[in-house]
Amino acid sequence: MKLQHPFARSLVTVRSWPFVIDLGVAFFSLALFFGVLHIARYWLGTPSPVVPISHSPSALPLYAFYSVVRIGIAYLLSLAFAIAYGYTAAYNPRIEAWMVAVLDILQSIPVLSFLPPVVLAMVALIPGHQLGIELGVIMLIFTGQVWNLAFSFYSSLKSIPREMSEASRIYRYSAWQRFWQLEMPYAAIGLVWNSIVSVAGGWFALMLCEMFTMGDRNFQLPGLGSYIQSAADSGDVTALLSGIGVVILIVVATDQLLWRPLIAWSDKFKFEQVESADRADSPILELLRRSRLSSLPGRIWTSLEEPIYRHLARSRAAQVIRPIDDDADKSKGALFFWALAVAVLIAAAWALVQAITLLRAISFADMRHLLAGAFATFLRVNAALLISALWTIPAGVAIGFNPKLARIVQPVAQVMASVPASAFYPVLLMGLLQIGGGLGIGSILLMLLGTQWYILFNVIAGAMSIPSDLREVTRLFRFTRWQRWTKLILPGIFPYLITGMVTASGGAWNASVMAEYAHVKTGIIQTVGLGAEISSATDAGSFPIILLATILISLMVVTMNRLVWRRLYRLAETRFRLEG
Amino acid sequence: MTEAATLTPIQAPAGEAIIRAEKIEKYYAQPSENRIQVISATDLEIIPGEILALLGPSGSGKSTMLRMLTGLSRPSAGQVYWHGKPIAEAQINVSIVFQSFALFPWLTVLENVEAPLQARGVPPEERRERSLRMLDTVGLDGFQAAYPKELSGGMRQRVGFARALVVEPEVLFMDEPFSALDVLTAENLRSELLELWSNKTMPTRAVFIVTHNIEEAVLLADRIIVLGRNPGHIRTDFRVQLPQPRDRKSDAFTQLVDYIYKVLTRPDVAPAEAPTQQDGRRIRDQRQMHYQMLPHARPGGVAGLLELLLDKAGRDDIYRLADDLAFEIDDLLPIVDAAQLLGFLKVEEGDAAITESGAEFANSEILRQKELFREAATTNVLLLRQIVRALESKSDHTVPEEFFLDMLDEQFSDEESLRQLETAVTWGRYAELFDFDASRRRFFLPTDEEEEATADGGDE
Repeated sequence: MKLQHPFARSLVTVRSWPFVIDLGVAFFSLALFFGVLHIARYWLGTPSPVVPISHSPSALPLYAFYSVVRIGIAYLLSLAFAIAYGYTAAYNPRIEAWMVAVLDILQSIPVLSFLPPVVLAMVALIPGHQLGIELGVIMLIFTGQVWNLAFSFYSSLKSIPREMSEASRIYRYSAWQRFWQLEMPYAAIGLVWNSIVSVAGGWFALMLCEMFTMGDRNFQLPGLGSYIQSAADSGDVTALLSGIGVVILIVVATDQLLWRPLIAWSDKFKFEQVESADRADSPILELLRRSRLSSLPGRIWTSLEEPIYRHLARSRAAQVIRPIDDDADKSKGALFFWALAVAVLIAAAWALVQAITLLRAISFADMRHLLAGAFATFLRVNAALLISALWTIPAGVAIGFNPKLARIVQPVAQVMASVPASAFYPVLLMGLLQIGGGLGIGSILLMLLGTQWYILFNVIAGAMSIPSDLREVTRLFRFTRWQRWTKLILPGIFPYLITGMVTASGGAWNASVMAEYAHVKTGIIQTVGLGAEISSATDAGSFPIILLATILISLMVVTMNRLVWRRLYRLAETRFRLEG
Repeated sequence: MTEAATLTPIQAPAGEAIIRAEKIEKYYAQPSENRIQVISATDLEIIPGEILALLGPSGSGKSTMLRMLTGLSRPSAGQVYWHGKPIAEAQINVSIVFQSFALFPWLTVLENVEAPLQARGVPPEERRERSLRMLDTVGLDGFQAAYPKELSGGMRQRVGFARALVVEPEVLFMDEPFSALDVLTAENLRSELLELWSNKTMPTRAVFIVTHNIEEAVLLADRIIVLGRNPGHIRTDFRVQLPQPRDRKSDAFTQLVDYIYKVLTRPDVAPAEAPTQQDGRRIRDQRQMHYQMLPHARPGGVAGLLELLLDKAGRDDIYRLADDLAFEIDDLLPIVDAAQLLGFLKVEEGDAAITESGAEFANSEILRQKELFREAATTNVLLLRQIVRALESKSDHTVPEEFFLDMLDEQFSDEESLRQLETAVTWGRYAELFDFDASRRRFFLPTDEEEEATADGGDE
């Protein structure tokens, strides 16, 4: 996973560079200031749901800016929410199981199902400003990003080694100190890797929700998603391609400028006793570390922190040691718990009544239609998974067994997985219409676009992890090709394959909403499927159908997870783990 | 000193305990009426001026005891007092040195040592100065900017000591601090610790060390407490009168080590009376239950020990055996226990003597050994017998793991139940009594066809 940057590296050693970097940082701050000013003026202006989209390339930087800001804000919100949620779940044994189950269900709901309620709520909440609509879209992106972050933080907290938390307790760390010196560092690596997946999910959602129709209301916000969609609608191929180009450019730039330095930096949080030889490196991080300004945030942070520590040390809680078994004590906060339980119960009952009145509007024919759709989508998702597995396994293994090739291909696969498949849909659709293919088969292709990269990426990693002495054994004993695959390669990549398939399956379900239904120049094309039902119901503003279709989808996803993926996962963890 | 914790250093008169435990117990309630007793009611005092070693085999609750005395874990019954005040309300000043070091890998050596002072609100300059002084004391001068993973194990434990001592604890607790280190490093660190202690370089007034290494205890301690297990209880508590520095080779030293071995291997005396709960119901004690605790030893280890004993004319001091094998008691005792349980060995006065069946076992070749092991195991081990019987009574000859876990749950903690079954699987497989399918979590009887199938499987 390492990229070689001999050129950039040699530049790093030149002493005159840090000054240029300082200038760069200053320039960047200035740009940021004007950016905030611009966004504020736009947000606080009067609301205009449909902003006309210009197809001129000169408008692209501004649109890109808007989209990036939306994703950035949504990401920061997700991070804050994920940390709060994970923390609450991990330290409150009473509600822990419930919170994890809720997360599991929310994760299975496709982003677009959230669209109507979230946007309507936000517009109603903040009337009179563009901010309302914008927040609606940001919240949608948020729902595409937040769940896996929350899972990651929660499971990191749960796996902190016992003696580490005992040490923090016997030395009477405050919750504040424990958070910054134990919990956050311990969770950092998981959060960084999941952030990459999350932001990719955010881009996917952004492409869908900057421009949409809901009943008789149209929404069209300035941004890359709208740009690409409206270019596709009007058949403007040049604009379409340049829009996609900008998206790819941003994704690659994010990878190089943000994720790579972050991964290299988070290396220091690896919980290992011995330094590993295989370290991630990033020239950008090197440059930043050499900049004179780079110590500034640290210094500011320290000066802010000191009074907090002094204050906390004086508090009563810091004087005594809290026994660890009190954490599992279910009697604490009983009153609060019951109050919460009653509130949740009332809310749930109300929601249930509302849902039932809504669902009564659904006729028997609708119901049959939905079930048929569910079946069709189920088949399509699994076909997409199967096809991706069929080509990525041989390709990934071939690449993984060739270290030189793997070093080049793997980062590319990783970036490809981050490029939102939804940006390519319009192009693919145009191609499909040209050759006269229907959406029934076409939607499988569309799903493939998003899912295959995750699997490829993981299969390569799996093939690379097979020890070379095991491969030599197969050569020594002249295993046939069949034996080599069934005895070594498939079992060896199995855990990685499952990880990739689980992610891909989630992505495919999410993609079905978009892949089975599309606006094109000539009108609407769609096929039978649950995703198509959700999309067309959103267009028509038909809430009962959206609700039932969403329930069906999340029911199927959760069932599949429980019955198939989790079992395979356990098998991967126990039987197919390559140890030592 | 601005440090909040040392505001009220209560000056105890000589002889008064710093920490006093009164009838502390630890048990886990089970859904049924049973509860699993980990430590039975125990009194213990830590008095100023002594190094106290807590010695015991695994499963005797040494670490649990340490955690109750430090306030990290709340006793299920009884009370721990810090200078006469209940520990949960007292401002106590103790440190722990951990077996796994428990250093924060993302902090530098200096930051690791500073962190406890930061928690007490010590200002940055003083924090740095005190930490650097402490690093100097433990011999880590110049390493302050390094990260723990760049250091060797011994160096890392030095950081652990510096972090523990920088808060000037009144009692320094150590949880098997040297057991993750190699022999030479451990020896080196031990003598440096003794030096710090005898020179009064550290303000610590008492040291409490948990260990399973008998020599270590005799080398360091002024007083030794030996714990027995099932449930944990104090077997003996005595003062070590040897002058420091102690010589491992001296007669007095080896006699003391031998004595402790005898205590550890002597069969437990039956409990005086069955304890009752407040409402008069009897608490079931593990010693009165029908499953014997399987020692976690491998059949291969048993065979090895017996063969070694045979070479020594069938009888030897357990202490000498451990020495020959460079084993610590945690490694050797389970093997001795297992051999004893199977009737291959007898322990008398700290000596292990091979029995007739043991000698036959040691003299046989592998297939015969398996046969003998199978006989011994089915006659002596109830759990194995029950597994075989359950498998034979089922028409498909398979039984899920949970079935046996449920049986064991009555008597052992969840964790111990799992370990018991794990050991049973190892023994059962060796004896070819049954097999276990790890992916389906089921026990099954190996059939002839299956054996052929696995033989064919290799060259399909």
